[in-house]
Amino acid sequence: MIADLFTTTVLIGILASGIRLATPYLYAAIGETFGQKSGVLNLGVEGQMLLGCFAAFYVALTSGNLWLGVLAAMIVGALMGLAMAFVTVNLRAQQGISGIGFYLFGLGMSDLLFQKLMGTVETVKGFPKIYIPGLSDIPGLGEIFFSQNILVYGAYLLVPLAWFVLNKTTLGLKIRSVGENPDAADSLGVSVARIRYFTIILGGTLSGLAGASLSIALLNVFQQNMTSGLGFIAVALVYFGAWKPAGVLGGALLFSMVNSLQLWIQVLGIPIPSDIAVMMPYVLTILVLVATVSRVRAPSALTKPFERED
Amino acid sequence: MKKVFQSEWMSRLVDALLPVFATLAALLIGAVMLLFLQVNPIQAYAALWNGAFGSVNAFAETLVKATPLLLVALGICISFRGDVINIGGEGQMIVGAILATWVGLTFTESPGWLVITLAMLGGFLGGAIWGGIPGLLKAYFNVNEILSTVMMNAIAVQLMNFLLRGPMIDPSQAQLASKIPQTARLLDIFHLPRLVPTRLHLGALIAVVLAVLVYILLWRTVLGYRIRAVGQNPHASRYAGIKVPRYVVLALLFSGAFAGLAGAVQVYGVNYRMITDGSASGFTGSAGFNGIVAALFGQLHPIWSIPASILFGALLVGANSMQRAVQVPSALITALNGLVVVFVVSSEIWRRRRQRRRLAAVGEGEASSRPRPPQVTAEEAKR
Repeated sequence: MIADLFTTTVLIGILASGIRLATPYLYAAIGETFGQKSGVLNLGVEGQMLLGCFAAFYVALTSGNLWLGVLAAMIVGALMGLAMAFVTVNLRAQQGISGIGFYLFGLGMSDLLFQKLMGTVETVKGFPKIYIPGLSDIPGLGEIFFSQNILVYGAYLLVPLAWFVLNKTTLGLKIRSVGENPDAADSLGVSVARIRYFTIILGGTLSGLAGASLSIALLNVFQQNMTSGLGFIAVALVYFGAWKPAGVLGGALLFSMVNSLQLWIQVLGIPIPSDIAVMMPYVLTILVLVATVSRVRAPSALTKPFERED
Repeated sequence: MKKVFQSEWMSRLVDALLPVFATLAALLIGAVMLLFLQVNPIQAYAALWNGAFGSVNAFAETLVKATPLLLVALGICISFRGDVINIGGEGQMIVGAILATWVGLTFTESPGWLVITLAMLGGFLGGAIWGGIPGLLKAYFNVNEILSTVMMNAIAVQLMNFLLRGPMIDPSQAQLASKIPQTARLLDIFHLPRLVPTRLHLGALIAVVLAVLVYILLWRTVLGYRIRAVGQNPHASRYAGIKVPRYVVLALLFSGAFAGLAGAVQVYGVNYRMITDGSASGFTGSAGFNGIVAALFGQLHPIWSIPASILFGALLVGANSMQRAVQVPSALITALNGLVVVFVVSSEIWRRRRQRRRLAAVGEGEASSRPRPPQVTAEEAKR
């Protein structure tokens, strides 16, 4: 049975679903990268994603329009981000703990709304695969890279875009300076508050989108607590990727590939207990954090509220 | 002079009441949400109150629910005071419970008191291991503890599922098709004794005694002093000769140990076996997270964590009655707990402001007669 893993069809299957599964991690972790680059740790990603999952699913189910679902998820995520920004920027609350508060809120709220508005698990027809003309016909590669749905493509396009904004634009420079040395940035006339509001709301929007990608593009159902820790892993991926979009991409792919392998191992009935297989990505993440984190430096002002000295 | 004293007294009272205001604000938002769900909030909250405090049994149930919250909260007091954010309560509870359950299922020939004692120590140890690993990773590899504890939670869940579906499964379940992930039931003599003719068990008393001990640990011992010193100012502590990494590890280790004990108490006092639905909360009832809420609410003070835990125990028990009475899912209470956390940490800003004002008033008025609030200085920390 182990030999089954190495047939071409299975390998292509593993890689294709690995590429697909990275989608929610990418949206959420790229959003979180913006926040952390500006000095704000948002631990509420999981809650934002759960509400995004629900909003997207419910709106898509009732309106029949998937794009309206995506929009709803992004708006809900943005609102959660706005609240988080107010609490961490204006009220200078402890970021890690307020994030846990937002997580619990999202967890409870999405569950409550699900039970009240839907009651039973339903399914929607999610975003269809888009076969990119020409490229999708390449044997193997076509199925892995060029036969995915629109939100998957979007997630991968987001990576270079985020890199460009963070490193090649004035906005990116402001974000980085606010995260490294808010006092200096402030004295040069950069509004620390405005930049952080922007990054936290952007992060929330992308977390909402990550939720939508899960509920109406990958799994096409909504269940209570369906993210089951995915949002927390997205936060870990930002550390893992050393606060660089390319690094985040690498981490997300590693994580989703191991996950995909684990799913296929179960599908093929290879006698490794599934619980142990599911455990592997988490063990791997810890090991990689050990190997990488000590070598890279976090944004200096991360988790530190900004207060003008007068 | 008297006026200064009075206003200081007032402002300290307001500080102490801030969490209460935070809860009221959350309940108020909950009332608005109930209105949207077309439920009479007064009726809903009345059901909640009755479910939590309406009878002797209800109150006992509240205390039973409060017990693991308090134990987790005690651990949180230690770690957060040491500026170490332990989000791993769920996993630590699980691993503590696994070890404790193993003790009870293995030493079936031994006397009850011995097995219970060993099981509680096993819970303590299991949690200490599961908290100690992120502690070591933070202290010596600079791995952010928030992330590692979250990962450790996920690993613990899978470990639990593996053991409860495999090596530790209840022999009678192993033969059934349903294969509910649970262990065999503990012998009756191993159950934590009940205190009054309700479900209230000895674990509640143990938790209260431990709250006093944690208070003593934090404020009356060198170990606790150093954990707090490292939490307040790691740089000064390092200059004072405190081995900072060691106290980071110890803070997380103790924090995990109390959560592990909570897991053991849950098994020996409530379920009499380890059982799950495949998720962490299936065993813990999210006590690993709600304990953080209770500790924050108790302002990271072990004694104040007692009423705080009772309050959140009451909310959890009451939520179920509310669900039965007015058909509002108890998830509403999870959401409100989240809001309480947000409001409590947000209200810190006013506390800090008043504290600064108090210090200023003291500085101007009677600097000589009034002792300054204790601050960790390099000199003191050398002890």
